[in-house]
Amino acid sequence: MSQTAQRSRYVLKRLLQAVPVVLAIIVVNFFLLQLAEGDAVDVLAGEAGSATPEYMEQLREKFGLDKPLPVQLGVYMKNMLTFDLGYSFRHDMPVSKLVLDRLVPTLLLMVSTITLAVGFGIVLGLLAASSLNTWRDNVISVFALISYATPLFWVGLMMIVVFSLKLRWFPTSGMENVAMFYEGWDRVKDIAHHLVMPTLTLSLFYLALYTRLMRASMLEQSSMDYVTTARAKGLTERRIVFVHILRNALLPVVTMAGVQVGSLIGGSVIVESVFAWPGLGMLAFEALFARDLNLLLGIFLLSALLVVAINLVVDLVYSFLDPRIEVG
Amino acid sequence: MSTNKRPEGSVTQGSAAHHAANTAAKQNQARPTFLTIDQLHVQLPTGSERSYAVDDVSYSLAPQEILCLVGESGSGKSLTARAIMGLLPEPYVHYEKGKIVFQGEDLTKVTPERMRQVRGGEISMIFQEPMTALNPVMRIGDQIDEVIRFHEKQSRRERRARALNLLDDVHLPDPPRIMSAYPHELSGGQRQRAMIAMALALEPKVLIADEPTTALDVTTQAQILRLIKELQASHDTGVLFITHDFGVVADIADRVAVMQHGKIVEIGTVDKVLNAPEHPYTQALTNAVPSLIPRAVKAVNEKPILQVNELVKTYRSGNRWFGLGKTPKQVHACDHVNVSLNEGETLGIVGESGSGKSTLARCIVRLHSSDSGEIRYRGTDLCTLDRAGMRPYRSKIQMVFQDPYASLNPRATVGRIITEGPIILGETRTAAESRAREMLELVGLDSRAYERYPHEFSGGQRQRIGLARALALKPEILVADEPVSALDVSIQAQVLDLLADIRERLRLSMVFITHDLRVAAQVCDRIAVMRLGKVVEQGPTAQLFEQANHPYTQELLDAVPGREWSRMRSQSQ
Repeated sequence: MSQTAQRSRYVLKRLLQAVPVVLAIIVVNFFLLQLAEGDAVDVLAGEAGSATPEYMEQLREKFGLDKPLPVQLGVYMKNMLTFDLGYSFRHDMPVSKLVLDRLVPTLLLMVSTITLAVGFGIVLGLLAASSLNTWRDNVISVFALISYATPLFWVGLMMIVVFSLKLRWFPTSGMENVAMFYEGWDRVKDIAHHLVMPTLTLSLFYLALYTRLMRASMLEQSSMDYVTTARAKGLTERRIVFVHILRNALLPVVTMAGVQVGSLIGGSVIVESVFAWPGLGMLAFEALFARDLNLLLGIFLLSALLVVAINLVVDLVYSFLDPRIEVG
Repeated sequence: MSTNKRPEGSVTQGSAAHHAANTAAKQNQARPTFLTIDQLHVQLPTGSERSYAVDDVSYSLAPQEILCLVGESGSGKSLTARAIMGLLPEPYVHYEKGKIVFQGEDLTKVTPERMRQVRGGEISMIFQEPMTALNPVMRIGDQIDEVIRFHEKQSRRERRARALNLLDDVHLPDPPRIMSAYPHELSGGQRQRAMIAMALALEPKVLIADEPTTALDVTTQAQILRLIKELQASHDTGVLFITHDFGVVADIADRVAVMQHGKIVEIGTVDKVLNAPEHPYTQALTNAVPSLIPRAVKAVNEKPILQVNELVKTYRSGNRWFGLGKTPKQVHACDHVNVSLNEGETLGIVGESGSGKSTLARCIVRLHSSDSGEIRYRGTDLCTLDRAGMRPYRSKIQMVFQDPYASLNPRATVGRIITEGPIILGETRTAAESRAREMLELVGLDSRAYERYPHEFSGGQRQRIGLARALALKPEILVADEPVSALDVSIQAQVLDLLADIRERLRLSMVFITHDLRVAAQVCDRIAVMRLGKVVEQGPTAQLFEQANHPYTQELLDAVPGREWSRMRSQSQ
């Protein structure tokens, strides 16, 4: 069987295997949220200041919240299959539209963060390992240690103070300057401009992590037998480091990054709040406090789908990097 | 400072060295040497056992010559070779003084750039473990290609043609397929062939082979040795061959240098060193090589203590998952195996890697559960017993493992390691301790070892601890899985003697797993030869060695390195 055919069969298999996983997530999440006290009607009533019990009953009936749990679950599952994520009473909008609107900014932040963290992490780790115990290695290691230990929200706030308020290089918050009605490349530039600080803040921690991982991995690989062979073959140091060691050293970093991409969705809540970035994290945060169950379920489902998809992609990337991993 | 450290018997050592110098001088006149090592010193880090890894070593290598450097682990044989290549593991170990003259040029003084040209181009090297010595994520073709690319200017197509030729030269089947294969897709022997192709890519003058066959099966080893000899003759290469195995030396060497504690104690022609060694160390080493004459048959008690009937064990991997998964793989590790062990007898299970001999051992001890078949201990079928039912039988069959480093818990004291079993089986702490101390004495260790940790002991001593652990449970059957194959030859002889002694004293029956027919000849009363999960032949050791019926047994016997040498030795004795 050719490798491409094998890979596509593998993808098909993984997608099929994802179906029960996603179904299980829907069920588990539904019951998890039921465990929390109070429902959307309680919240609405609380915010309105006063509501008669009769009115609350009416509301519950209208939203289908008076039905027994299995019926509510059944209705929800049926809706899921038709990609109807329900209606958010708080935002007065269909959940699917709300969630998809917020998905793009989140993906934008996620992709740029992971690219920056992995890319620079690899470069810095490589630099540190190849000039071991020199000033360069020390500077990089100290930088990694500090960024590893600094809380995200503090970095975010400090960046706003320094770069937005004092230096006025970057905007303080939001994703774009809506009032300017930019179009085309101008809009792209505007969004990129807004993206810089959240990305930097969010990636700092991961950057430190990958730098340290890459450095350790490079050092471990450079004592392997095949490196001695490469030297004995009379290759240049450049070739040995960049072709032989680098590719092998990348493997643990890719594994780690793969695991963390999923957690980035959740980890971005703080950064999204600090920079008022209109992403999924922020939405989840709001939904949680407003007890907007439909919206929360929608976000959970979307995140679960994202994680499943990302894992598949990471496994495929891994099989390209390491021929010893057989997909199948 | 080396003179005042010399042990007694320095007269013999001196005369041997003198003699060695003479032979070397004679050879110098006969053939031009092109690699000369002169008073090489390689320094070890401060605080090591000795200050020099390589201590005042001189030798030379002529074209078309195979010089074997022999020695036990830690003798400095590999480091002299690494020093030639400028590949010492700096900064821990570094060159101190001495000359390495290669075609009139002192390699200790050349620029790094020149050294790079020499490496791979004029002197190249092959290594022990072909799996780890090749880059796992790079195709074989690319790994060969880069040697050529970094030394000579040739077009991609010329380089590819050359690589294909090389693979053909080392007798690899289907060179184009090998070119695009990754190392893990080849067998051990194929990897080593690819490695040799890579090393010979630029027709180097000198090939340094560092234990190139140690990790290989015996039949593969014989093929690789033949290949090295063949290529060395056709390419006019001088070979510096490093090994610990005197059998290999006998088969391949023109001249031999014996190393001990970083010094060459004896150097001379292969005939001279192997058959009339002068230095006591060389004598001790050659005498420690187990002979191929099977041991005297002892009166066999025809009362079976253990019978294995139609034992089947299959390993499965992969599942179909609606036809989308991997094709399931099945490995028949034990395929209807029938063997029996008589009381007081040693049964050898001999085979190459993957033959299922270790699986059989683990099934007998019930570390693995078998798929079907019987294992009868004094008439009771152990396979049908559950955990509780197995309990009274656990202590009767005990195991000694191959790797003395991995098989002892590094966080537990020797005492705990030995007493753990008896205590679990209900012995009191004090009784277990006194028995443990007794066992330590029995295996030739000081009973004070009781409080110490495994890392404080050498490989041979650890193997003794492993043996004491097994014996503490008063077993009737000892299953020894390659108990000496990780040990140096002199230590190996000691451990084998100990095993023989204990077996007689405690009247143990033993299942002895080994890949080494020499060891099997010395230890076993009967031998079963395994291949691909099947027992292809079994019988009394002497009969099997004299007249093997199965072609595979014959093949194994023929592949034993140094067979001719052993025959000559035993005749002369």
